[in-house]
Amino acid sequence: MTATDTARTTPARALTPDRRRRDVASTVFVSVLWACLLVAALFLFYVLITIVVSGVSRLDANLITQAPSTIRPATAGVQPAIVGTLLVVGVTALIALPLGIAAAIYLEEYADPRRWFNRAIELNVQNLAAVPSIIFGILVLAFVVRAPLNFGAVALSGSIALALLILPVVIIATRESLRAVPREIRDGSLAVGATRWQTVWRQLLPAAVPGIATGSILALSRAVGEAAPLILVGATTFITFTPDGLFSRYTVMPVQIFNFALQSREAFIPLTYAAILLLIVILLALNGTAIVLRNRFARRW
Amino acid sequence: MVNPGKDQHMSPTSPPGTAQDTAGIHLAVGDRAPEQPRSAGAAMATENLHVYYGDFLAVRDVDLQFDDRRITALIGPSGCGKSTVLRCLNRMNDLVPGARVEGRVTYHGTDIYGPGVDEIEVRRRIGMVFQKPNPFPKSIYDNVAYGPRVTGAKDHLDDTVEQALRGAALWDEVKDKLKQNAYGLSGGQQQRLCIARAIATRPDVLLMDEPCSALDPIATSKIEDLMGELVQDFTIVIVTHNMQQAARVSHSTAFFTAQPDEHGDRVGTLVEFDRTLKIFEDPADKRTEDYISGKFG
Ligand SMILES: Nc1ncnc2c1ncn2[C@@H]1O[C@H](COP(=O)(O)OP(=O)(O)OP(=O)(O)O)[C@@H](O)[C@H]1O
Ligand SMILES: [Mg+2]
Repeated sequence: MTATDTARTTPARALTPDRRRRDVASTVFVSVLWACLLVAALFLFYVLITIVVSGVSRLDANLITQAPSTIRPATAGVQPAIVGTLLVVGVTALIALPLGIAAAIYLEEYADPRRWFNRAIELNVQNLAAVPSIIFGILVLAFVVRAPLNFGAVALSGSIALALLILPVVIIATRESLRAVPREIRDGSLAVGATRWQTVWRQLLPAAVPGIATGSILALSRAVGEAAPLILVGATTFITFTPDGLFSRYTVMPVQIFNFALQSREAFIPLTYAAILLLIVILLALNGTAIVLRNRFARRW
Repeated sequence: MVNPGKDQHMSPTSPPGTAQDTAGIHLAVGDRAPEQPRSAGAAMATENLHVYYGDFLAVRDVDLQFDDRRITALIGPSGCGKSTVLRCLNRMNDLVPGARVEGRVTYHGTDIYGPGVDEIEVRRRIGMVFQKPNPFPKSIYDNVAYGPRVTGAKDHLDDTVEQALRGAALWDEVKDKLKQNAYGLSGGQQQRLCIARAIATRPDVLLMDEPCSALDPIATSKIEDLMGELVQDFTIVIVTHNMQQAARVSHSTAFFTAQPDEHGDRVGTLVEFDRTLKIFEDPADKRTEDYISGKFG
């Protein structure tokens, strides 16, 4: 091989090095990732299959039309809990969404971050999102269920507990969507003489709606699955009637499931699984909606 | 620092023997700036303007005049405070947390930072076009109609929109697709849409911060032609990095630079302000000459 040959072949060689070493490393790495994924997926499938197998015998019309009954568990259902969940979570949304969105608009668009109290609020919101849900139950038990508000163990008390629980999540999701609207849109709006409020209302909120909706639905689906704070504020009772208002006694799906699980009789077992399955379907539907919204309306600036 | 009086400005009545007579040798200065009657005076002016971002003095001691129905160009190296000065002219700096303005900025003699002045009203009279085209994620029509709508001038909206689009030389290209999203337009069209949006509220002054820097030469030349048209009705202040552009379109040019102060911080300073012709043909300051001839920045 002459000198000129070497000069010609070297750059080409650089493109075809010995790849075996690198290939082994990346194969091992990818295998580990697959294994982790497999463990998680298998476990999830096992749980789902168990639920379906154990609950399928009670997936009937009675499940959603009948009230729970200790006398006839074989034909009992969870109708009051379905209505209770819709009522409590609906009111939760009515409380938490306006409050949370308004708070987020203030923090993001109006608050001067150099003011100490704005920084304090901000820190608080961040921390509240990490507070265990049962703490909100205790708070509402102390101030709403009992004196000073003295509402008692009614649906509204449950909604207030859940609203407090998801408020920080709604605030954070809304702030992030507002922040994702580019500075140029704000500047463009203000530069033609729009007020701050007009800019928020006509530019920022419409642009942020998909993000806000996605975050809110995910927050509400968390509220749908919560049992702990509601048990504290009195959703525990074995309710056999449909709640008929904000000041009615009530129960919700997770609490109802918890109650069924406490029953010792054989006939409650399929009923419990069927109720769990129903709850999972509701949650999947909510999360699915959030994903569709995000994919459909997410804006790439 | 030379601070010309307004009567020094280029005008058809300039006496013979001024620099204007020797123009057109090296640069086609003022090529597109239309010959016009003498300017009616200063539409805006800054006096002793200092701008701080927090403790950082970004721009110091700027005295400028922006003649009515004339184009004034602000040039200088990056970071010398051109955008900062421009944003002071319609109080867009109010939106930057920690930004502070000292000195006076007058609009037909009224201090726009004075007591009782509403910054919203200021921005309605002094419009702005940004470096990057920033249409709203709405239809072409709604983009142009946005200003009139928020300012409450909703009568004859269709006419207003058409006029603004014609004014921005965009009407013929978009008249059949007014309902389409503005993001479907090309960059140059988007920038002209932003100009249409800015003039739809019938402001008096148009501020443009490097309006062509994101555009190709053809789109740039369209916008430059457009500026020649717009200056019949508007006072224009343009920031540009393109020396030829400043020379082509503007009547007056202000050259800024960033001077290290006694602490070593670089503070934006106005070096020279004069007729564009004078700045480009016979600058009074060595720094201007170096910058213009490409020895600096
Ligand atoms: N929002 C801000 N906060 C803090 N400092 C800023 C801010 N905006 C600008 N500055 C500083 O002020 C100085 C002037 O900035 P400015 O943007 O006005 O320069 P410019 O001349 O427009 O530069 P360019 O040609 O790169 O656009 C710079 O040192 C910059 O870092
Ligand atoms: Mg700039």
